[in-house]
Amino acid sequence: MTSTPAPSVAPAEAEIDALIAAQLHLEGPLLPIFHALQEAYCHVPQAALSRIAEALNLTRAEVHGVMSFYHDFRSAPAGRHVLKICRAEACQSMGGAALADRLLAKLGLDWHGTTPDGKVTVEPVYCLGLCACAPAAMVDNKVRGRLDDAACDALIAEVRA
Amino acid sequence: MKIYVPGDSAAKAVGADEVAAAVAREAAARGLNVEVIRNGTRGMIWLEPLLEVERAEGRSGFGPVTAADVPALFDAGFGAHSKALGPVEEIPFFARQTRLTFARCGLTDPLSMAEYEAHGGLAGLRRALDMTGEAIVDEVKESGLRGRGGAGFPTGIKWDTVRLAHADQKYIVCNADEGDSGTFADRMILEGDPFCLFEGMVIAGLGVGATKGYIYLRSEYPDAVEMTRRALDVAYRAGLLGDVLGSGRRFDLELRVGAGAYVCGEETSLLNSLEGKRGVVRAKPPLPALEGFMGRPTVVNNLISLATVPVIFARGGAFYRDFGLGRSRGTIPVQIAGNVKYGGLFETAFGMSLGELVEDVAGGTASGRPVKAVQVGGPLGAYMPVSKFATPFGYEEFDGQGGLIGHAGLVVFDDTADMLGMARFAMEFCAVESCGKCTPCRIGAVRGVETLDRIAGGDAAAVDLLEDLCETMKDGSLCALGGLTPMPVMSALTGFPDDFARSKKAAE
Repeated sequence: MTSTPAPSVAPAEAEIDALIAAQLHLEGPLLPIFHALQEAYCHVPQAALSRIAEALNLTRAEVHGVMSFYHDFRSAPAGRHVLKICRAEACQSMGGAALADRLLAKLGLDWHGTTPDGKVTVEPVYCLGLCACAPAAMVDNKVRGRLDDAACDALIAEVRA
Repeated sequence: MKIYVPGDSAAKAVGADEVAAAVAREAAARGLNVEVIRNGTRGMIWLEPLLEVERAEGRSGFGPVTAADVPALFDAGFGAHSKALGPVEEIPFFARQTRLTFARCGLTDPLSMAEYEAHGGLAGLRRALDMTGEAIVDEVKESGLRGRGGAGFPTGIKWDTVRLAHADQKYIVCNADEGDSGTFADRMILEGDPFCLFEGMVIAGLGVGATKGYIYLRSEYPDAVEMTRRALDVAYRAGLLGDVLGSGRRFDLELRVGAGAYVCGEETSLLNSLEGKRGVVRAKPPLPALEGFMGRPTVVNNLISLATVPVIFARGGAFYRDFGLGRSRGTIPVQIAGNVKYGGLFETAFGMSLGELVEDVAGGTASGRPVKAVQVGGPLGAYMPVSKFATPFGYEEFDGQGGLIGHAGLVVFDDTADMLGMARFAMEFCAVESCGKCTPCRIGAVRGVETLDRIAGGDAAAVDLLEDLCETMKDGSLCALGGLTPMPVMSALTGFPDDFARSKKAAE
C-alpha cells in the first residue's frame, strides 16, 4: 500500500471527488473515504478535506478532527517503505525493545522518522497478532516474526535497496 | 498428493510463503502431481511453518519447515525426516485440546465452502432457520456463552435486549479490533475459518431480527483483511450471505477496516468509528443494544463469541454448557504468547489452572529461565506472579485474584523482566491510545509515566502518589482503557515490590 512513491503533482480535484463519491453509498463513509484516498496517494491530501466536508455536509474542522484521531492517516507521504515494529508486551518479553533500539540506531532514526533518502519510515505498532512468534514487525504489508539481529540486518538491506 | 502449508500470517511471518513456493517448485521439477492448500494455522505456532501431508491414515506434520528443507522432504517421500512430527492431531499440545470454536481452523481450506460444510459448517444455521427469534436467543442463553472480548457479559441476554427492541433496522457488529498484545484468536479465525464467523453473525441476525452486519477489523492485520474480503465474495456466491441459503430471509455483511486506534476495541468507540466519527467513548446508557450503530439497536459482540455460535447451534446449547467451570461455561481459546517454549492457541474448557497452562502446556519459557510473571488478558490485564498460578481459568476466578481473563491472551515473562518498566509501558501505552474524553485517562496516563520515572529515580515517596493516581484513573474513566490501565500497574507494584524499591544510589 505504501511501497509506491508519492506522485509529484498535486492530485486533481476531479479525481479526489471520484474517490469520495465511490464511498458515499456506505453507512458512515468517512473512514472508507480516508482509506481510499490514502491508498491512492499514500497520504490524505489536505486539499481533499474540504471536498470531503462538502460531500458529507460536515465542517472542514470536523473532517480534520476525525482524520487526526487515527494513527493510520497521514497528512504527508511516508518513506517508500514503512517498517512497523511491534512495541507491545509479547514482543518485549522476547527482547523486542532492545532489538528495536538497535534497529533504529542502525538506521539513524527515532520512532516515526524517515531516512534522508526517503526510502524508509519506521513506526511503532502495538501488536500485530504475531505474539507467539515474537519479536515481530511488518514491512509495508508483509509480516515478519522471530526477528533477531541477523533478520533485522536483512530487513534493513531490503528496505534500503 | 495434497500438501498443506498454512497461509496464516503467523506462518507467513516465519516463511510459509517461501515453503509453499518451494513445494510447488519441487513438485513441478519432479513431475509430481501435488496440490498445495493454504490452510489456516492449527495454532501450534512454535512449529510454524507446519507442513502437512494427507495420507490414508490422516495428516502427517513436519515443522518448523524451511524452504531449504523441502527437497529433502520430497527425497524422503515425506517419511522419515528430522522435522517429522507424526500425525498432527496426536501432537500432545493439540491432542489435549477441546476444539469447538476452532474445530476447522487449520484443518480446511478457509475459502472452500464445500470443505466448510463437510466439516460441520452450516449445520447450526440450518437448524436456526427453522427456529423463532426467541428460541434462537434461548438456545444462546442455555449455552451459558459470555462475551469473549473480556467483559464476560451473557451473550444471550444482550441478544434478547436487541430482539425485544423495536426498530426498522437492527445491526450485528463484530468487534474484530483485536488490539491486545498476546491475542491472535480473532485473526486466526478470519484467516483460517472465516465462514464460521459469518455463520455466527447470520444466526445472530435471525435471532434478533437484524438484516445487516459489520465486521470492524483492525488495519494492523492486512492478511486478515484480504482473506475476509475474499471470503465475503465466496460466502455471497454460495448463498450463506444475501438471501440466506435461499430461505427468503436476508443478511448482508460488510467489512470495515479500522485505522490504528486501540481504543476502538471498546464497543462505543467502535460504533463511533464505524459511523465515521472520532473513536471517542460514549457514555452508557444508552446501551448499544438499544441505541447502537446509527442510533439503532445493535448487537456488538467479540469475534470469538460470534464464531462460537455455530457450534452451539450444531450441537445444542446444553452440549456447550456442559464444558467449563462455575459461571464460565464452554471453552476458551487461550492464546499462549511471549517468552514460552510452545506458543500458540490452546482451546480448552474453562477451569485449567494458569500454572498448568504456563508450565505444562506451554512448557515454560523459551529462554529456559524461570517464569517471573504472566500478563493475562492484554495490556489492561494483571501481571500474575507465580504465587497465583493455582488460579483456575474463569471469569470470576481471575477477578477474585485481582486480574481478568480479557480476550484470554497470556504473555509470559522470564526473570529478566523489569516490572517497573512494564508498569511504565502500561501508562505510556494508555497515554498514546487514550481517546481523550476522560481527564483521568488522558492526563493521568502522562502523569503516571512521570511518576514511575520518579520511582525509578529512587523517589520512594512517589509510590503513594502512583497508588492515588491509579485510584483516580480507575474510578474516573468511562471505559476500560483508563479504568483498567491501573491493573497492570498496581499488580506489578504489589506483586513485584522489589522492582520498585530502587535506592537513589542504585538509580544513579
